[in-house]
Amino acid sequence: MPEKKKILEVKHLKQYFKNGRNVTKAVDDVSFDIYEGETFGLVGESGSGKTTTGRSILQLYKPTSGEVIFEGKNVENLKSRADKLAFTRDAQMIFQDPYASLNPRMTVEDIIAEGLDIHHLVKNKEERSKRVEELLETVGLNESHASRFPHEFSGGQRQRIGIARALAVEPKFIVADEPISALDVSIQAQVVNLMIELQKKRGLTYLFIAHDLSMVKFISDRIGVMHYGKLLEVGPADDVYDRPLHDYTKSLISAVPIPDPEIERSRTRTPYDAQKEEMDGKERSMHEIRPGHFVRCSDDEVKHYEQVAASYED
Amino acid sequence: MAEEKLTLPADAFEPLPKDEAQDNENIAGPSLSFAQNVWIRFKQRKAAVISAIIVIIMIVVSFGSTPFINKSTLVKSHPQYTNLPAKVPGMSAVNGLNGKIKQNGKWVDAYAENNVPKDKYFIAGTDYLGRSLGQRIIYGTKISLIVALVATFFDLTIGVAYGIVSGWKGGGVDNVMQRIIEIISSVPNLIIVVLMLVVLKPGITSIILAIAISSWTTMARQVRAETLSLKNEEYVLAARSLGESSWKIAWKHLVPNLSSIIIIQTMYTIPTAIFFEAFLSFIGIGISAPETSLGVLLNEGQKNFQFLPYQMWYPAIVLCILMIAFNLLGDGLRDAFDPRGQR
Amino acid sequence: MPEERVLDVKNLKIDFHTYAGEVKAIRNVSFHLNKGETLAIVGESGSGKSVTTRSIIGLLARNAKIEGGEIDFHGKNLLDLPEKEMQKIRGNEISMIFQDPMTSLDPTMKIGQQIAEPLIKHKGVSKKEAWAKALDMIKAVGIPHAEERINQYPHQFSGGMRQRIVIAIALICEPEILLADEPTTALDVTVQAEILDLMKDLQKRVKTSIIFITHDLGVVAGMADRVAVMYAGEFLEFGGVDEIFYDPQHPYTWGLINSMPTLESDTLESIPGTPPNLLDPPKGDPFAPRNKYAMKIDVEKKPPFFKVSDTHYAATWLLAPGAPKVKPPVEIQRRWKKYDLMKQENKLPGVK
Repeated sequence: MPEKKKILEVKHLKQYFKNGRNVTKAVDDVSFDIYEGETFGLVGESGSGKTTTGRSILQLYKPTSGEVIFEGKNVENLKSRADKLAFTRDAQMIFQDPYASLNPRMTVEDIIAEGLDIHHLVKNKEERSKRVEELLETVGLNESHASRFPHEFSGGQRQRIGIARALAVEPKFIVADEPISALDVSIQAQVVNLMIELQKKRGLTYLFIAHDLSMVKFISDRIGVMHYGKLLEVGPADDVYDRPLHDYTKSLISAVPIPDPEIERSRTRTPYDAQKEEMDGKERSMHEIRPGHFVRCSDDEVKHYEQVAASYED
Repeated sequence: MAEEKLTLPADAFEPLPKDEAQDNENIAGPSLSFAQNVWIRFKQRKAAVISAIIVIIMIVVSFGSTPFINKSTLVKSHPQYTNLPAKVPGMSAVNGLNGKIKQNGKWVDAYAENNVPKDKYFIAGTDYLGRSLGQRIIYGTKISLIVALVATFFDLTIGVAYGIVSGWKGGGVDNVMQRIIEIISSVPNLIIVVLMLVVLKPGITSIILAIAISSWTTMARQVRAETLSLKNEEYVLAARSLGESSWKIAWKHLVPNLSSIIIIQTMYTIPTAIFFEAFLSFIGIGISAPETSLGVLLNEGQKNFQFLPYQMWYPAIVLCILMIAFNLLGDGLRDAFDPRGQR
Repeated sequence: MPEERVLDVKNLKIDFHTYAGEVKAIRNVSFHLNKGETLAIVGESGSGKSVTTRSIIGLLARNAKIEGGEIDFHGKNLLDLPEKEMQKIRGNEISMIFQDPMTSLDPTMKIGQQIAEPLIKHKGVSKKEAWAKALDMIKAVGIPHAEERINQYPHQFSGGMRQRIVIAIALICEPEILLADEPTTALDVTVQAEILDLMKDLQKRVKTSIIFITHDLGVVAGMADRVAVMYAGEFLEFGGVDEIFYDPQHPYTWGLINSMPTLESDTLESIPGTPPNLLDPPKGDPFAPRNKYAMKIDVEKKPPFFKVSDTHYAATWLLAPGAPKVKPPVEIQRRWKKYDLMKQENKLPGVK
């Protein structure tokens, strides 16, 4: 298999927020890579830091420390306005709340065309309308929607408008921050299918942030599991889901409800105690236990995890 | 759950042809912009609608009177018509509106007493110089509305800009700007006007300057508070992620969404400004003769209140109606703009 | 063996008056609730599931109009009861818990007081006794250090803890019916699992019947004894939980089950389009425009409930005598096969 190119490298990213005397370590030393054309799923519960990670990568928050390297260039060192604009063209975001991410006073056309206007991608009004029309069709809406306002649309439709807005600038990399959490189940499938189709057609790379493990597993090639600002486990989606190594990952998977009464009746939950790892003061970093499958542990715990991995093979 | 005998047409079970299925991405109904939505909700509030009509009538009458009532008509005194009560055509049955006034407990026809020609009417009576009170009240209302306009102007320019900058920048800049506002608002307006009188003559200029210095602070605070909450909205974040500059964001995204707060706040600034002017004129350091305003009229009327109460009642009533109308209008607009109705 | 019914909803019709017209939110809904069971009402937003439960407890918005039907609770029609009577029932015989734990509690009252209040009000118990019972309740819902925490305020608790407090308040008077409107939707998945376990546990102890509203089929599978699928203001299918999950008959139920990714699937079938506008509801099967198995009759006439079993009914013309046998999606076929297997091996738990 040819060596895949890395489109994004996150190295020791830290995002601390000061609130008076308290410091909230939203993202605490997170490192991972994303390869071109893949979907990297970042899972975690509230307070895990996954949303902050996504926003820090796009420089919406200025990282406290660490490096974000996009296509070989360190994003924070971009000085010139042209370079910074080029980065926002290449790396875009889809937001979680379809009700809050669209300006209620703007028409759909203006919302979608905002990126076109900022980056001067169209020459005149006709071209602008035409591009917006194309984008609307791409996401399954039609041109009559361009003159309407966000509040006239359903959640799923608004989310598709948000996707059209992100696509307008022809990005290479999209951070999707919980794009389906606020949608109904049947609409979630619509949006996910749309995203997969767009990825195939346009060769996009996704960072898919979510808390719904089953949906993340479905759409992702690789998964990272976060908890309280730390990245605990990274690996191929099937591996992390079917053969989880870290106790937290196990407890997360055991808590996800499955629409199958027989399975639900026979399940037991695996609780997780975060204190154990926090309190023992050991130095921890990512260790590769199986090819491509990493877990955050101390040097002396490697053996334990290798045993866990082995136990799946019987 | 009994099953009824069903008689179904022969083609009942044929599959539905594709085009008969609704096009369900279509949105039924006309597209209502935000403004249209607000208008619909506003119309439902009767008190606000009536207030709006009253305000419009007052504006039309007072500004429309400019060609007819000007400085010259105000200055002209008619000593033969001094202190006449109101005489409204058609109201000859109502004591108080038919030229009669209570003197020593008895209703006396003041017009007859002063030998006023039979066809001369003064709808609101006259003052101590024989000038038509009605004309003076209309002129005074115009002055009050001009003061309101000025206050609104400063609100919209200084107040809004100050609030946006303070809220958007946040942190240290916001801190300093807010402390400045606190200093300004802690100095009573009266003191500011009095200080101005050291340099300026009492009149419309000193009032306008006093308003320019201090009345926009409430608007600035409101706008700042709303900006602080809006700047964390996801659509602002989305605009930043698209690469939009801060200025463009403020203009394109913040101001339209601030418009509700701004409009509502103006509706409350106006009565405050009107009252401020009336108050100053009443105590003698505002508008002075020959100009008149509602406050001046109150001052003049107050001197004769014991015997000629109408001279104070009429301007007072007009002033109250004006202020109440703007307040109710503000309430109605605030409800109409209420984002709870919006999703 | 006739099960004891605690609630009987018959032909409920509710409209909402808006400036755009009358929104027909509930269009002829009937169901019953048996003692000690959990009935799940599943539906997407706008289906009317919240309105249904609010009508039971009498908390509808001011512009709601009851156009017909009755809600039978111990021989009384709840829709006819005056507000004073309803206040005696709320928190006492029928309790409700809501979705957002952050706003469900009074931020200025100690939690001990909030939990004790219903007891004092409804059962006339003394303050001392009520607080003692509140302490028991706090322990029962799994909040550690109960003796200290009973004097704390809501902001000192996390979302999951607050939801436990809400449950304590709802269950302290041992109500016959608990209405739970998406109680775990706003919680993290691990917290959700704990809360659901807690509810199941308490249900056994207090012997309360639960109507559980959710859009999450996974939660339904773990909580419900019976399930009703709601769409556009009416029930499309209802039955025992195994029947609904392994033997679904309505294409909308198929669509819902199919939209959830499973361990085997590598494609996700979505239901195209959006639910209908309830200002002008369609006259036939409301799901017809999005239904790829739709037939001509689906847009003409509303299908009645066809019997699948004594406990399982579905309102789809596909079950009418003479209707063509369609091949449901792959996942549904798999489940049907499983159902047949379970029936043969007699593995199905009894449904009332």
